[in-house]
Amino acid sequence: MTRTLCLARLLAVLLLTVCSAGQGYASPEQDREAFISAYRARIPDIPIESYVNGALMFSADALAQFNSIMEFPPFQDDIDRGRKLWEAPFRNGRAFADCFPDAGRAIAGNYPYYDSRSDKVVTFEMEINRCLRENGEAEFKFADKATMGTVTAYARTLSDGMRTNIKVEGQRALAKYERGKKLYFTRIGQYNFACSSCHLVNAGKILRTEFLSPTVGQTTHWPVFRGGDNLNTLHMRYRRCMEQMRATPFPAGSEELNDLEYFQSYLSNGLPLRASVFRK
Amino acid sequence: MADAMKIRARLQGDVADVKVLMFHPMETGLRKDPISGDLIPAHFIQRVVVTHNGKVVMEAQWSMAISKNPFVNFRIRDAKAGDKITVGWEDNMGAKASIEAALN
Amino acid sequence: MGPRMNSSAQGTRRIFLRKFALCSAGFLAAGWLYPVRLLAAQWNKPAFDSKQLDEVLKIIGATSAIESSQIELKAPEIAENGAIVPVEVTSRIPGTQSIYVIAEKNPQPLVAIFDILPGLEPFISTRIKMGESAKVRVLVKAGGKFYVTSHEVKVTIGGCGG
Repeated sequence: MTRTLCLARLLAVLLLTVCSAGQGYASPEQDREAFISAYRARIPDIPIESYVNGALMFSADALAQFNSIMEFPPFQDDIDRGRKLWEAPFRNGRAFADCFPDAGRAIAGNYPYYDSRSDKVVTFEMEINRCLRENGEAEFKFADKATMGTVTAYARTLSDGMRTNIKVEGQRALAKYERGKKLYFTRIGQYNFACSSCHLVNAGKILRTEFLSPTVGQTTHWPVFRGGDNLNTLHMRYRRCMEQMRATPFPAGSEELNDLEYFQSYLSNGLPLRASVFRK
Repeated sequence: MADAMKIRARLQGDVADVKVLMFHPMETGLRKDPISGDLIPAHFIQRVVVTHNGKVVMEAQWSMAISKNPFVNFRIRDAKAGDKITVGWEDNMGAKASIEAALN
Repeated sequence: MGPRMNSSAQGTRRIFLRKFALCSAGFLAAGWLYPVRLLAAQWNKPAFDSKQLDEVLKIIGATSAIESSQIELKAPEIAENGAIVPVEVTSRIPGTQSIYVIAEKNPQPLVAIFDILPGLEPFISTRIKMGESAKVRVLVKAGGKFYVTSHEVKVTIGGCGG
């Protein structure tokens, strides 16, 4: 147990050192493999495919409740409202489906991606707003449940089953990825914890009565409906976690959170997406 | 118009497994409005009736402690394709809704 | 009629009433005149309003319920969220008429009553709210007698996850 803890800590230090020394980066693929090795060492019995369930994977009792609720989720009406938002025509007659290849099916796994023209990481939510903007409609606020949350609660389900497929190609994309990685390893807030403190080094352990989920798999299942009815997007969850560390959270849709999402999503490459799921 | 409920009825041999999701706030009357601070009045489904080809097979009485957007799963015997299943509810404020499904 | 009604008149009246009763039953069976409004009056207010478990059991007549292993109750060990606790009941007791669901520490313990009429399997699955860790008690009324089983469900408020 202590050995694996040391291993994970060493890994964390190693990755960070390589980063800040500027001697060259470990490739994203090497990072992903290193993370998976670290998790396999401390969570030997659970296949990586199951990591999409997050903390649920550590309790058969919790997973059974999840499966029972997901058979016929109580938030189906919210998803239906999302569908109405998605399908409602803009004033110019076009609709969201016209902005995406294959009417938005099997695309969310490609997000976020690095856009060289704007030199920015682009998330799925940003693409929703680009569609609104280019069709003369008002953009949604990233943290608004009723608009961005609700439309993505439906739109993301169009990619259910799609495997995460994040690309980090070229120096500029790599720089964004590395920025996200640095944020992941940076201690923040009064509690002085980094994401890695809980979700890399202590994944599978219990903190404040909750199992800590590993980072691999974390980006595959958004938005969530907490308690079956409280919609939370990924950026809302990032913010809440930062607040729980007694840190001032980055805004939803900020470059910091976009880059963090880019890094984290890469680590989930190969894992299937499933949007709009129950969480406690 | 939004549905009041959704129904999934599946024939397994001669038993119909029926799952129903009802859309209802099921307010307990104990919750406070986060803005006004006032108590939100109790508003919940009290009665549920299920029929199979017109015959009542289930009657339920519920309290406000059934979860929001209630789910219920039951199984009807001697069922065959084409049979009609209805589910109706009435809440404490007198509102009613019903749905009908044919087994296939 | 008056007290001096002779037996033949009474006989006729009896036949008339019986025919009328059968007629109404026919309407009901056809689902025609099955007013849900009528049933709404049949909501056991004293039982549902009661804040005491003992009182609930007394009102429904289940004070001497017999422990039974023939009632299969599936409920979580630790509820993910107390607002939505899946509860599944299968009764193997012959002649099951009704299934009662109680959350012992809820402000009002009686959660639901399911009447299992002919044609329905004695099986119910639903989701309930629990205010705190408590026993979920399930009563089955069969052949006019009450049977009981229970299962402790823990309800916690998580730390960071919540």
